[in-house]
Amino acid sequence: MDILSSLADGFAIALTFENLLLALIGCFLGTVMGALPGLGPSNGVAILIPLAFTLGLGATPALILLTSVYYGAMYGGRISSILLNIPGDEPALMTTLDGYPMARAGRAGEALALSGVASFVGAFLATWGLVFLAPLLVDVALLFGPAEYFALFALAFATLGGIASTNQAKSAFAAALGLGLAMVGVDGQTGVPRFTFGEVHLYDGIDFLVAIVGLFALSEVFVFLEHRHGAATGESAEKVEIGRVIPSLSLLARCTPTMLRTTVLGFIAGVLPGAGASLGSFIAYSMEKRLVDRDGTFGTGDPRGVAAPEAGNNAAAGGALVPMLALGVPGSGTTAVLLAVLLALNITPGPLLFTQNPDVVWGLIAALFIANFMLLAMNIPMVGIFTRVLLIPSRILMPIVAMISFVGIYGISGSSFDLLVMIGFGVLGWVLRKLDVPLVPVILGTLLGNAMEANLRRAVTISNGDYTSLIDSPLSIGLWTIALVGFVLPIVFGKVVRRRMRMRRDEEGAISD
Amino acid sequence: MSDRIFGSVGLALAIFFVWQATLIEESFISDQVGPKTFPVVIGVVLGLASLYCLLRPDPPPTWPGLGRLAEIALAVLVMVAYAIALPEVGFVIATAVAAAYLGWRLGTAPLAAIISGVLTSAGIYVVFRLILGLSLARGPLGF
Repeated sequence: MDILSSLADGFAIALTFENLLLALIGCFLGTVMGALPGLGPSNGVAILIPLAFTLGLGATPALILLTSVYYGAMYGGRISSILLNIPGDEPALMTTLDGYPMARAGRAGEALALSGVASFVGAFLATWGLVFLAPLLVDVALLFGPAEYFALFALAFATLGGIASTNQAKSAFAAALGLGLAMVGVDGQTGVPRFTFGEVHLYDGIDFLVAIVGLFALSEVFVFLEHRHGAATGESAEKVEIGRVIPSLSLLARCTPTMLRTTVLGFIAGVLPGAGASLGSFIAYSMEKRLVDRDGTFGTGDPRGVAAPEAGNNAAAGGALVPMLALGVPGSGTTAVLLAVLLALNITPGPLLFTQNPDVVWGLIAALFIANFMLLAMNIPMVGIFTRVLLIPSRILMPIVAMISFVGIYGISGSSFDLLVMIGFGVLGWVLRKLDVPLVPVILGTLLGNAMEANLRRAVTISNGDYTSLIDSPLSIGLWTIALVGFVLPIVFGKVVRRRMRMRRDEEGAISD
Repeated sequence: MSDRIFGSVGLALAIFFVWQATLIEESFISDQVGPKTFPVVIGVVLGLASLYCLLRPDPPPTWPGLGRLAEIALAVLVMVAYAIALPEVGFVIATAVAAAYLGWRLGTAPLAAIISGVLTSAGIYVVFRLILGLSLARGPLGF
């Protein structure tokens, strides 16, 4: 019952006026960002980090704001999937399959309400999963020494390309690029400058926030410029009647087993490295189709086909927080961005977070529960507000996104140099996305590079220069084995999984969940 | 072809990275591993991955035409100009101009783009400066 009393303490922290307000703002902004095609959870959170940082929010409030945005975006993605047949973000891809046909059949309101409930079930149960699983993982992680941490980081990089990755060489390239960027600056252990080329601005390294906002947010602007979505999304859409937004009890009852099953699957997919929310919703949908689709109604507007991916991706979003908080090693794009928040606030995630900053962890978890109820309220009775947001054309939206990115980065440092670096990262991000190089490993590399090197050096120093100490405990051998398998597996199965995921839709998007 | 160019650039970058890593000056007190080892390992991984792309390229992506590329290049130039001009002319003016340009190039009619640029800039100023109290660049006019 230790956990429950910690959770109660967490509620005491979360239930202040400021934190509730931040959760509300975060939920609202998140839902809007999720709903708007072109803004997903990872770039939505990325834009807001520098702002939360410059506003001088404390660690807990900042995290509450940004994770509310994360959860909100997961809810919001379904709105444009259902109404416009355009996924608001990548995890909502599968929701288009049955959501849009339902909307065409005049049941848009029902689909929105049902998917809102499914999102709630997935996220709510996954948050409980987080409450019970994270402390267990912390107990394991406390056994880790530097050698195990080094192996764990390697595992994160090896699996980050994900099971759906087509070209592992490109994932490896991205990870090495990120790690290389992290090496720029003064070496923390000996104090010698590395890769600075005499440029003073580079002595304290490349700010990862600059890299994240450039890679995620600005590159999106370039993608839009490339395609010039002249016809605004709002204008091209047929007017879909929303209808009633209260789901009938019989419909909910019929979908309940589906929601529960897919929540479990999604949560597991979220916790495992290299999966994340996109894969969570994909697995959830495929399994439900195989399990309950006896009359072949999936894909033609079956309510269960709407509930399954939504419960799946929201559960995966909660599950992805487990390794990020307990180990300090994120398994998906958005949790990598959330890790950046922690690092920017000078908090080291991982097992020590639970012992040293329990207020942060449990306050955050309590806030997630509260945010879930707020989101349920926003997404069922008030869903009409968000459907209006979809009428904002991207030609107006994208300049705003670009300008807010500039404001955030300029707010941190007040230097034009950082803005130029950010533009450079924006262009780099665009080119890498064209070449199908994943961006998440680049981010994770810049975030974790220094910690990874520090652990390597610590491990070798402890054993007096003996490099075999890196692989002489059963734990580290186990981690290296998983890393190896995780890297090789997609080479064998990646093409199959990816083809199935893309079968119905070929929307682009190199940023995963 | 795209991947071959990408691989070559990556390989060149990796060689440059490793070369620079070997040039890192070691201080007289150092740990067993030293500041060079890890960067060299990263450089090797970078090189191997690039080499793979060079030898086994994926099918190329569809690159936009020259016009679109010029469009992106121009947008980059405008952003660079924005970054440099920001401390000189102040936030509101610079942002209005840059937002109007981007809006126009994304397909808003010119007059509407100017209006939406000004509104974007004013809106951000009100929210972030006046309400949230963030420090934005101040020009000679004080905003």
